[in-house]
Amino acid sequence: MPGECRTPPLQLGHRLWRMTAGRAGGWGILAQLLLLLVVVWLGYEITSNAQANLKAQRIAAGLGFLNNTAGFGVSQSLIAYDESDTYLRVFAVGLLNTLLVSFIGCVLATIIGFMVGLGRLSPNWLVARLAGGYVELIRNLPLLFQILFWYLAVLGTLPGARGSISVFGVAFLNNRGVVVPRPVPLDGFAPFVVAIGLALAVTVAMKILARRRLYQTGKPLRVWPWALGLLVGLPAASAVLGGAPFSFEQPELRGFNFVGGTRLVPELIALVLALSTYTAAFIAEIVRAGIQAVPKGQIEAASALGLRRGAALRLIVVPQSLRVILPPLTNQYLNLTKNSSLAVAIGYPDLVSVFAGTTLSQTGQAIEIIAITMGVYLLISLATSAGMNLYNYYLFRNRSA
Amino acid sequence: MSGQDQAFVRRELVPQRAAPLIATGIIGFLRSRLFGGPLNTVLTILSAIALWIVLVPTVRFLLIDAVWTGSGRDSCLATTASGSVGACWPFVIAKFSQFMYGFYPEAQRWRVDLALAIGVALLIPLLIPRAPAKALNAGLFFLAFPVIAFFLLHGGGLRGFGVSWLASFGQFIANSLVIMGMAFQSLGGSFGYAPLRAALNALGLAITFTGYGLALVFFPLVKLRVWLAGLPSPFWGDFALTGVAVTALIAALNGGLRNGWRPLLRPVATFVGMAVVFAAMEIDRGGLPVVDTRQWGGLLVTMVVSVTGIVASMPVGIALALGRRSTLPLVRVAAIAFIEFWRGVPLITVLFFATYMLPLFLPDYMTVDGLLRVLIGVSLFSGAYNAEVIRGGLQAIPRGQYEAASAMGLSYWKSTRFIILPQALRHVIPGLVNSFIALFKDTTLVLIVAILDLLGQLRAAFADPNWATPTTLFTGFAFAGIIYFVCCFGMSRYSLFVERRLNVFRGA
Repeated sequence: MPGECRTPPLQLGHRLWRMTAGRAGGWGILAQLLLLLVVVWLGYEITSNAQANLKAQRIAAGLGFLNNTAGFGVSQSLIAYDESDTYLRVFAVGLLNTLLVSFIGCVLATIIGFMVGLGRLSPNWLVARLAGGYVELIRNLPLLFQILFWYLAVLGTLPGARGSISVFGVAFLNNRGVVVPRPVPLDGFAPFVVAIGLALAVTVAMKILARRRLYQTGKPLRVWPWALGLLVGLPAASAVLGGAPFSFEQPELRGFNFVGGTRLVPELIALVLALSTYTAAFIAEIVRAGIQAVPKGQIEAASALGLRRGAALRLIVVPQSLRVILPPLTNQYLNLTKNSSLAVAIGYPDLVSVFAGTTLSQTGQAIEIIAITMGVYLLISLATSAGMNLYNYYLFRNRSA
Repeated sequence: MSGQDQAFVRRELVPQRAAPLIATGIIGFLRSRLFGGPLNTVLTILSAIALWIVLVPTVRFLLIDAVWTGSGRDSCLATTASGSVGACWPFVIAKFSQFMYGFYPEAQRWRVDLALAIGVALLIPLLIPRAPAKALNAGLFFLAFPVIAFFLLHGGGLRGFGVSWLASFGQFIANSLVIMGMAFQSLGGSFGYAPLRAALNALGLAITFTGYGLALVFFPLVKLRVWLAGLPSPFWGDFALTGVAVTALIAALNGGLRNGWRPLLRPVATFVGMAVVFAAMEIDRGGLPVVDTRQWGGLLVTMVVSVTGIVASMPVGIALALGRRSTLPLVRVAAIAFIEFWRGVPLITVLFFATYMLPLFLPDYMTVDGLLRVLIGVSLFSGAYNAEVIRGGLQAIPRGQYEAASAMGLSYWKSTRFIILPQALRHVIPGLVNSFIALFKDTTLVLIVAILDLLGQLRAAFADPNWATPTTLFTGFAFAGIIYFVCCFGMSRYSLFVERRLNVFRGA
């Protein structure tokens, strides 16, 4: 007669064997040893060959070159930079430019992508067709082709500075880029920023309070008129009391070029345009798939409960589709960041262009520079995917609870 | 009586009436899909205006106002041509051969055309699901075609074959192992800490002896290579020897001749076919004249890079995907690290890596062709992406399939080859085609490392002052854009077609 259940014996040795040899047994151990040998051999070959080659080319290995003077100019930089700065500074300039392009590109791509994605689902036949045509056209042309098209064909053929295309007399478009007014901070700038910050903080606090109230009592609390009043009123009050926060420096045409204002280089504009429109086509498909992934019954149930269409979209459809949309959307942001390295083709000073391009050809430190460049991108993508995994973990935890 | 006081009961169905005219046909379509309400009407009008603004100038530029004939920039200038000037097609016509072949010698261009014809002839039946002999066809396309295309496009001959190669390879590995073992021993000598020194010494000694052992194993082959070099035709001698050895090996692995001569059929046919092709191309006597890859360009390079990437990334992807699902911890970790590394970096840095860093990693007597370096980089890069697609297919196979395979007594390799992979690969064809589209688009990046593909040749042609007109740029982009669009759109339609077909099968 079987007795009560006994826990199986620990079998530590057996478990260890299974962990190291998998299901393949002794052959598995042998295969792994062989793999290890091959990896060690490859590593040895690479290091010994690299040492010999570097010796022959008289290149000193190491990161010492980063402290040398770069001696070349960079057409656009977010931080102060001139030719006497070091290669380390060049690296920072390039990295910041990459992040700048990626950030602007992501924001624009999201806006365009959501518009096109919703357009594809529009009941309006023409709008849906137009959005579909956009997606098909953009997705089936290489990104580098599009970057070169914007840069050479569209921006390159604009008139010179004297024949600039004026946008309401505020911004000027020519073949050297776009010249826009530059905001110059005045005395009232600091209180103005404080007022905005304060308004934002109070708004968030009110929102949290309203939500807690809703969950406790079931009564919705209307917050937005107050928030809007705060967000507009506080900065306006600070501007009235503390004086204008900033003024705009208007660009002026003097001789053959513009004086004053801020110039956005055409490389940046071409890159941002191409990257955002290209990624937008992919985001549009993600948005469409995400919204279509919400079962139709959800909307019907919402309207059966008496929710209006807008409320049903906001409270039922969007939160559910966001769960589907968010992971591939982050993937697209990552792709956009990686694709921004195509800047090197048109000479926008991003990380690859100034660091893996100019610095590499000047110093010849191929191993260090390419390893650092790859490392930066790898770090960005690993950090993002770690964040995504964390998000998925929380999502899953909430669902199972 | 019964018919009098009963209420009316209808005994047959009322015939269906057609829907009102207002809800069907063109009027219904207009009412529901275009002018359904004020917002809808505004949207329709705005879209129509946008379409008009884009479409009309494009058509005018490409067709109506275009200049079709001429020779030189003068024919495309507004001052000399009558009326407004659109696309400058004479520019494309004049540069056409450059866009297609780059600087491939004109007398040899038939080789490119022939390679393309063979490729298309092999690819089309592969894409038609109903066409017969898929295995043979796939073998020809994925194994035979790359070899033939290489000797057609690059030219040159062979002096040895399998035996010589294996002997050289074995010698190289054995040498390298011996030197590596010695390096480990001397590295151990530099450490003061006795156990570490002893461990490194022992490891170095073991590796050195492995190297010597390997050298001993390969010694007969090296002797054989020397003997073959003395024959009147070293290539054919080596070829015959390799053919016999491989055929015997395959027959032995398949259980000898117990089951008759059938196992011999495939290897013998393969070697006979190879012999015919090699003889036709005179591989043993130097082959076709060599065309350096620096002379290649245009669509030829685009095609070479994408087809090589597609062909080479498949085995890489399958190996990585299997490795990632392996139960062996080291294999799994290696596969994950490899895949995540390549997926985490942009292709440009991979190309920079292949161009500037790879030569440093190779011994100084070994130089790798510039295009080949790029091809290696592209293959590994797209292999990592393919691996993830294939892994999706492997995960989609129901657990019961694995269990049934092992219940039948199939080993891991047999169940993978006969049960799992055929199903998994069929599942992921759409995903693979999509990753090939991405690869095809990414081939444009090679222009950054100074290999001029179609886009690179286009950019180079823009610099020609003989064709510097205001419309040259747009014309060139329109031409290249049409080529890229047709290829990518065709592939994506094919992927959709396969997906629908698969869904039908799954539904049944």
